Amino acid sequence: MSGSVIEIIQPKPKTAEGEEAPPVVLARAVYEHPFIVRLCHWINTVALFVLVGSGLQIFRAFPSFGAKIPQKDLLHWPKAFAIGGWLGGALQWHLTFMWIYIATGVLYLGYQILSGNYRQVLFTHRDIPGVWPMVKHYFFFGPKPPVREAYNPLQKHAYTTAIILGILSVLTGLAVWKPVQFSSLAWMMGGFHYARIWHFAIMWAILFFILGHLVMVILHGWNNFMSMLTGWKKDPEY
Amino acid sequence: MPGAPHQKGYDSQTGQRRNFGQSRESHGCNVSEVPERKGKPMKDSDPKLSIRQIGEKKFRQNSRRELLKLAPVLALGAFAIPGLQEGLLKKGLGFSDWASARLFRSGHLAPTFDNADLTPPAKFPINGYDVDDPGVVFENWTLTVSGEVKKPGEYKLAQVQALPRYRQNTRHICVEGWDVIGRFGGARLSDFLTMIGADPTARYITVNCADDYYESLDMATALHPQTLLCYEMYERPLSRQHGAPLRLQIPTKIGYKQAKYLTDLKVTHVLDRVGYWEDQGYSWFYGL
Repeated sequence: MSGSVIEIIQPKPKTAEGEEAPPVVLARAVYEHPFIVRLCHWINTVALFVLVGSGLQIFRAFPSFGAKIPQKDLLHWPKAFAIGGWLGGALQWHLTFMWIYIATGVLYLGYQILSGNYRQVLFTHRDIPGVWPMVKHYFFFGPKPPVREAYNPLQKHAYTTAIILGILSVLTGLAVWKPVQFSSLAWMMGGFHYARIWHFAIMWAILFFILGHLVMVILHGWNNFMSMLTGWKKDPEY
Repeated sequence: MPGAPHQKGYDSQTGQRRNFGQSRESHGCNVSEVPERKGKPMKDSDPKLSIRQIGEKKFRQNSRRELLKLAPVLALGAFAIPGLQEGLLKKGLGFSDWASARLFRSGHLAPTFDNADLTPPAKFPINGYDVDDPGVVFENWTLTVSGEVKKPGEYKLAQVQALPRYRQNTRHICVEGWDVIGRFGGARLSDFLTMIGADPTARYITVNCADDYYESLDMATALHPQTLLCYEMYERPLSRQHGAPLRLQIPTKIGYKQAKYLTDLKVTHVLDRVGYWEDQGYSWFYGL
C-alpha cells in the first residue's frame, strides 16, 4: 500500500528498573512504489530499449516519410545504435517486444485503476495551482514549494503525459501494423502513411521524456533511485 | 523476533505483536490503522496509528526482499543469450502471426481510394528479389494448377481474363515502410479457385514464380473479395517489371506476399515451402 510510513529506530536498552526508554528515530521511510508499479517500470525499461532500437533499424530500411520515387531520406541513423542487424531481424524484435510492452501497459493501468494508486500519478485540475510555483523553482530559481506528496504537480504532469504517450505509441503502432484491420484507427491518424509518421514522432517524445526523467533521477540522488527498486523512499521530503 | 529489544519496544508502540515478515503483505498498513487520504501529510495523523517502527537491520532486510521480488525482470535477459535468442524471437514472431490470423476479418475490406489519390504509374516502385524481368515468353505461358483441386492442369491467361474483372484503387505497403496507391485489375482469386474446383477446406495456396520466387497464402485471405489474380495496372496490361502476365494483388497483405510472374498455383493442406522472405526470417502471415 503506497503511503505507508515507517520509522527506522535505534533501540534503547532496558533501564535498570526494567522500563523501556523510547527509541531514537534515525530516519523515516515512505512506501511510494507498489510492487506491480516497480515490476512494470523495469520491464518497460527493457521493452522500450528494445522497441526503440529495433524501431530505428526498421526505419533504416526506408528512412523517409515521403514518396519512394524519388526518395528523400530524412536522416541516416547509424546501425551501431539499432537492434536487429537488418530489417527482418529488427521486425522480429519489434513484433516480440510489442507484446511485452502492451502486456506491461495493461497490467500497469489495470493495477493503478483498481488499486486507486493512480491518484499518486494522475495530473488533475487540483494540481494546476501548484504548476507555476514548481516551474519557478525548477527553471527560475524560485523558492521550493512545500512538498506534500510523492509527486509534485510537474512530476504528475510529466508522468501522466508519459502514460498517454505510451498508449499513443501502441495505438499508432497498431495502425502501422494493421492499417486494414484497424482501418478506422489508421483513418483517425490520416491513414497508414501518417500513422507511420505519428508513430515515429511519439517515439521521439518518449525519448525526450526519458532524457528529462534520467536528469531528474540523477539530480534527486540515491534514496529516490532506490525507491523504484525497493518501494521504500528513505528520508522523503514530506 | 521475540527477545530482540527493539522488537519489544515496537510491540509496545502498536500494542500488537508483529514482525516485518508478517506485515509484508500489507506493508503494515491495516486499513483500520492508516488514514487512507492521499496527499494528506502523514505528520498530521497520529503516529501511533500509522507509523511502524523497525530497526535498521530489519529495514535493510525488507528492502532487500522487495528488491528480490523484481527478479522476474531478469528473465528478459534470456533474450541476450545467443542460444535462446533466435528461438524466443521466432516464438514472438509466431505469436504475432497467430494474432494476425485471428485479427483478419473476411468481410472487412481494405480502404479504397479515388483516382485523384493514385500514385502516378511512373512513381510506382518496382521491387523484385532477383531480376526485374525474368523473361517470360507470353505465348507459351500457362499457370500450372495442382493439389487439392478437381480440375488440375495448365490454365491460359485468357481463362483467367474470362472471369469477372474487378478494378480497385488500393494501398500497396512495403515491409520497408513505403506505400503507394495503385489501380489494379484482375480476377478474384476466389472465382478462380471455384473454377478449378479447389477444396475449400484446404488451408493454403502456394505459388511459384518465373524468377524462382515462392509464396504461400492462408485460405481465408485467398478467398477475400479484394484478393486478385492481377493482370492489369492502371487499366493497362501488367508490365513485365510489375509481374506480367499474372501476379497476386492482395490489399490485406504486405508487399512481399504479392508474388509476381506466377507460374504454378497449388491448393494444399500442408505447406511444403512457406515463402522466400519468410525463409529469411520475415513474418508468414503479415496481414495488414
